[in-house]
Parts: sequence; structure tokens; C-alpha cells
Amino acid sequence: MSATATAPTPTRPRKIRKGPNPWVLGIVWFFALLWLVPFVGAIITSFRTFDDLNSRGFWSIPQELTFNNFVRAWGQAGISKYLLNSFEITIPALLIAVLFSSMCAYGLVRFRFRLSIPIYLMFVAGLMLPFQVLLLPVFYLANKLHIYDTLWALIFFHSAFQLGFCTFVLRNFMKTVPFSLFESALIDGASEWTIFRRIALPLLLPGLAALATLEFTWIFNDYLWAIVLLQSDKLKPITTGLANLRGQYISDWPLMVAGSLIATVPTLIVFFALQRYFIDGLTVGATKG
Amino acid sequence: MQTAPITKPATSPARGVGKGLSQTLWLLLFLGIPLALYGLWVIYPTIRTFTLAFTNYDGLEAAKWIGWANFKELFQTEAFRLSLLHNLIWILVFITVPTSAGLALAMVLNQGVRFDRFLKIAFYLPLVLAPVVTAMVWGWIYHPQQGLLNTVLFEILRVVKAIGFNVDPESARSIGWLGDPNLALISVIAAAVWRQVGYVMVLYLAGLKTLDAEVLEAAKVDGAEGFNLFRYMIFPMLAPVTTVVVVISIVDSLRSFDLVNVMTNGGPFNTSEVLANYMVKASFHDYRQGFGAAIAVILFLITFVFSVIYLRQVMAQEEKTS
Repeated sequence: MSATATAPTPTRPRKIRKGPNPWVLGIVWFFALLWLVPFVGAIITSFRTFDDLNSRGFWSIPQELTFNNFVRAWGQAGISKYLLNSFEITIPALLIAVLFSSMCAYGLVRFRFRLSIPIYLMFVAGLMLPFQVLLLPVFYLANKLHIYDTLWALIFFHSAFQLGFCTFVLRNFMKTVPFSLFESALIDGASEWTIFRRIALPLLLPGLAALATLEFTWIFNDYLWAIVLLQSDKLKPITTGLANLRGQYISDWPLMVAGSLIATVPTLIVFFALQRYFIDGLTVGATKG
Repeated sequence: MQTAPITKPATSPARGVGKGLSQTLWLLLFLGIPLALYGLWVIYPTIRTFTLAFTNYDGLEAAKWIGWANFKELFQTEAFRLSLLHNLIWILVFITVPTSAGLALAMVLNQGVRFDRFLKIAFYLPLVLAPVVTAMVWGWIYHPQQGLLNTVLFEILRVVKAIGFNVDPESARSIGWLGDPNLALISVIAAAVWRQVGYVMVLYLAGLKTLDAEVLEAAKVDGAEGFNLFRYMIFPMLAPVTTVVVVISIVDSLRSFDLVNVMTNGGPFNTSEVLANYMVKASFHDYRQGFGAAIAVILFLITFVFSVIYLRQVMAQEEKTS
């Protein structure tokens, strides 16, 4: 963690050990496969026809495979529209939260001032708030600001709320950066903004990537706030949209499961795209001295 | 951990010569907008809920101050008492099962197992799903006639019967996982655990990566091995992660809303009701918003107990490091 490792060694000290006991490994494999069962089951279901499933049951060999459930979910059930709304909420909210929280984290770590710790603790306390405590006043606030039933309500709320968690994570990440880096840049005549942009942000990058992955999925997958702050069907994100379908297409499992799978694709893509950062990145930033 | 040679941050406002003003400006630049956003959408609403809880506001007519009446009524309401109990059960499960499972998995998968990517992904995947999607997929798993779980049980019972035991395979299809008052809560929690394990594993894997490899190597040279290495070196070094994991588990338990709302909506007969869902029902279905705010206050107070424990630890860490 300290700046002892000067060169960014690409081969992290991977523990070359005998590896775990085969029994332990067997148990892990068992649970891993068990954990995948709902996915596999859902995928199989989504490619089968309603009649086939209904009359012959899940464990029968499918008579025919169909893509029709996805087509119906995408068009007729309105998943395409809901999905677009989800993006229009998630991307701005994510960008706002990440930008302001990295600034906030930098401010809290870089400057030594009386309120630094209290502000930090406020964010820590805030990230433990049950959402229900905010629910009604945020609902009133959105009404008062005339953004109730617009995507702005969700964008503002999510970015503000997620600021807390992001600042908490980034601030602690920033603390692992040797303070002398900032000092020497200051001596070289760099302004605080330049230090933030040129030194702090690049060092935060692995943390930011990991954070962005989590935040994207959290905001994208939000259900509660979409219920509370939106009313119009045409604005609904994928989560409340799906829950809606459940009422409309009772027991049409293939359709609903197909819709659910489509809803998962964006978060899956983001996750896999950023997984490299996630797995390898967290330590690298701090040791690049 | 690098430290500045200052022991107490509160007594060291670095108001260096002539630096004061420009530093204040920079502070405002970096902290101004974030704090304003946070104050408006998080701090103010929190305070507002407390005042709302003492009124009979119904969303339409002017609110009237009614003192403690909402709270008195709450504790006489069975739905509330059940919700409270269910939240506590949820917490107990969450701080034990997914936490130890996630840690164990992280420990095993951090050792450079073959196909570790695949294994990790298997546990990550539920985490990527929206809780609503989880709720829908598990709703299908739990479906009495066509659900995955009962059809598997049916096949197992058929085999058991074929061996010669006196069981009726059809009885498997009568298990209503979400419809049976005795099973509904635990069935919902099971779906939540399925989701949570991967989250804990992610956190611990990230924590394990930050451990100082040199210290661990030194411990190994000194003969620390296997469980002892874990017990006396790795686990204590992971303590900050563990704190985060436990706090997140508790917070997530108290926040559990999506799964309950979509899978059972608290039913049957409030046997799977939790405070978060009960609050939304009271506020937006019964339009008893003052009463709903009172439920939120109770939720807050429970969370607060854990917050204080956690905040004290965070503060202790701060005093050590800065």
C-alpha cells in the first residue's frame, strides 16, 4: 500500500501455493453451479413456447425453440422503451455522482480543515440511511421543484444520494495516495485543480472504474425510487416496467423471463467490460509512485 | 500507510501564512456543489421525515401535529410488530450466512484456482441482476405447479418412491413457497442470500488484493500456514473490510424492499412483511403519510444503533491514521 513498489509490476505477487484442498474446491464448484441454476433455467424458459411449457412441464425436452418471447417482450411489452428510459436516468446520474464525489474526496483528503472529518462522517452515516427515511420528503421536494414524473427527479436524487457512497469509497482510496505527491506538485507550481486532474484522478481511476460498475448497476436496477417519483408509463425505467408486465401477463413466464433477461443485458455488458479493472485494478493505482 | 506528522486533525487547520483565503476558495470549489446536492436531497429530507412523523398528514389536507400518536399506534399494530421481527430475522441471516460464505469463497478463489474466473462470475451474476429481476426469476422458481424447485423435488421424491419408500411425489407440488405463511419469509430471504453472497465475495476479494504481500510472505517464511495464516494474519488484516461487510449486510437487510414488494408484497397475512414495504404501503396506498414517516423513523433509529457502533470505529481509525 505504501509507495514501496516503485515500478508498476504487471505480475502481481500471485500466491503460488498448493491451492485449496480438492474437497473444498468441490464444494465451491457445487455451489457455483447451483448459483447458476436460476440463470440457466431462465434462459431455457425464455426460448420455449408458452404452450409447450404449460402442457409438458419444464423438464420435458423442448418441442421447438423460439425467439418469439424476446420479440414480443421487446416490442409489444414495451421493453425497448423502458430500457431507453433506464439509460437516460442512469448515465447522467452516474456521471454527476462520480465527478462530484471525486472532487469532494479530493477536497476532504487534500485540505486539512476543521470540518473535514465531520463531513466525512456525515457521508458515512448517510450511506447507512434506510431509503424510507427520505421517501416522503423527496417525493414532496420533487413536486415542489416541478420535476415529479420527469426523469430529472430520478437523476437528481440518485446522483445526490450516491454521492455519499462514492465519496466514502474515493476518500479512503485517496488516503492511500502518498500525500507527498500533492505537495511536490504544489511546489512545482501546479494549481489545486491541476493536481486534482493530473495526479489525483489518474490515481483514482481503478477505484472509479470499480465504483462506476457498482453504481451503474445500482442506479440502473433501482425500483423503489422509480415507483415513488414517476407515474407515466412512458417514462418508466426497466425495473418498474417489468413489474408492470407482471400484472399484465400473469403466468406468461416465457415472456416475463425473456423481458427480465433483456433487462439484465446492459448491466452484464458494463460488468464484463469493467471487470478487468475490478479484478486487477484495485491495488495498482496506489503503488504507481 | 503514509501519515502526516500531525496527530489530531481538529487542531491542525493548515492555515499557513497567506494560504487561508485561497484555500477556502479551493475548498468551496471542491466541496460546494456536492454538499449542496447532498444537503438538499439527503440531509433535509431526513430531518423533514422526523417532523412529519408527528403529524397526521395524508398527502392532501393540511398536516396536524398529533404528538406521539403515530408511534403509540404503531406498537399496537400487529403488522408493524411482525415487520420488526422479520427485519431482525433478516439481519441475523444476512450477517451470518452470506458473510461467512462470501469470505470463504474469496479465500478459496484468491489462491489462484483453475477456472477461478468462471467460478467468480457464477457468484457475481446475481449481483448484476436487478432485484426486481431476481424477484421475478425466483417467483418462477417457487411457483407451486411449474416452478423449478417443486418440479425438482417431485423428481427426487419419485426416485425415493421407486427405491421403496412410502412417499407421494405429488405432495411436492403442493408446497407454496411464497403462499405458505410459514415459508414465505424464509423463501424471500433465500433469494436475497443468493444475491448477497457474491457481493460479500467481491468486497473480500478486493480486500485480499490490497493486503501487503510482503507481510504475508514474511509470515509464511516464519512458518504461518493454512488456517493459522488466515486466523492470525489475513483475517485481522481484513478487519476494515469485515466492518464494511457487516454494516452493508445490516443496512441491506433493513432496506430490503424490492424482493418483498414484488414476490409477496408482505403476504400472506403479513407473514413476510418488512418495515420498508410496510412503510411504502402505509404512505402510498393508505395515504397515511404521517404514520408512514413514523415507520421510517423507527427504521432510522434501528439503523442508527449500528451506525454509531460503526462510526465510532471509523473515528478510531481516523485518529490512528491521520
